[in-house]
Amino acid sequence: MIDVRRSLIQVETIYHEFGPRPAKPQQRGAILSVIANPYAGRYEPNILPMMEALNPLGVDMARRLLEAIGVAPEGIEGYGKGAIVGSAGELEHGALWHVPGGYGMREVLGWKNGKAGGNAKAIVPSTKKVGAPGARLDVPVTHINASYVRSHFDAIEVGVPGHPRADEMVVVLVMTTGPRVHERVGGLRASDIKGEDGLR
Amino acid sequence: MAADIRKLIVIVDETRKEMGREVKPATRRALAIAVIANPHAGRYSEKLDDLIEIGDELGGTLGRACVQALGIRPAQAESYGKAAIVGEAGELEHAAAILHPKLGAPLRKAVEKGAALVPSAKKMGGPGTPIDVPLGHKDAAFVRSHFDAIEARVADAPRANEIVVAVAVTDSGRPLARVGGLQKHEIKGEDGLR
Repeated sequence: MIDVRRSLIQVETIYHEFGPRPAKPQQRGAILSVIANPYAGRYEPNILPMMEALNPLGVDMARRLLEAIGVAPEGIEGYGKGAIVGSAGELEHGALWHVPGGYGMREVLGWKNGKAGGNAKAIVPSTKKVGAPGARLDVPVTHINASYVRSHFDAIEVGVPGHPRADEMVVVLVMTTGPRVHERVGGLRASDIKGEDGLR
Repeated sequence: MAADIRKLIVIVDETRKEMGREVKPATRRALAIAVIANPHAGRYSEKLDDLIEIGDELGGTLGRACVQALGIRPAQAESYGKAAIVGEAGELEHAAAILHPKLGAPLRKAVEKGAALVPSAKKMGGPGTPIDVPLGHKDAAFVRSHFDAIEARVADAPRANEIVVAVAVTDSGRPLARVGGLQKHEIKGEDGLR
């Protein structure tokens, strides 16, 4: 059921944005898979089989992205996900990516069902849209353990030239290794995370 | 003068299927992009030597980044290309200074050999401006299966005082190439053309 036609991995290393260079540059990575949309062109009431079928792709994409960024799982501090559905599909098809995308990333980043010692406790923020080939998507990023960490609110613009075609979907995972490069607007600090509810 | 690199982006684009057919092996194209400060923004400079040196530096940095991202030996690289987008306070000639005099030699070292011209494109632009980086076979410019282009784009660059410099390297031609012409196994590799 899962037919991957193309993949695109992007890793961005940010040294500065006209301010002081941080000791460690921020890295932001994205992986995009172009897959066939088996439900394109019709209304299919039961689309859940595809959600299940996407789980291995989610794990595979998370692994490949981590490898491309080149850090250990503990080096990932922010994440997000998204989907662009081709024009013969519907927005709801993009929603199929919520569970497998989040699951894949948590699996790789050391999730322990929200229990102590685990990582990736926070909800994985997401965006989705129906778009034409070449459509761009701004994928939101938040801290992996506490959604309210202000320094890690970010977004990464992604897209695949030429895709999605009408009968395709582009599914996306993103990860970052740290806060915005010159973060300085206060709020909850990563060092102050309580880590109980995935929020603070 | 070393390039003031604000950010570096590396992309690997892999095509596994085209028109419902398996592409075996999958075609893979890497793109490495540096966003750098333009030391000549806002004024006319007669000499652009520092940009020429930056080209020398980036040819190596970006060429090696592509080869590394593809996970290949340098000799396995098949095609290449280069491009630059100059922010609005600069001048098109700034792109020429980076791309043409010195960028090629270190890039060719990164991909081993490289008898053919490195095809290029340049333009002025603002943040998010895309540029199609032309691709051609590294040893024989006329290899038809390897004529291609890959789109480079950085959402937040170039700012007015910046230049986006892109190098692309592949380990393959187009997926399902079938319009004839010179084939890669027919390359003589003497003049960089055939």
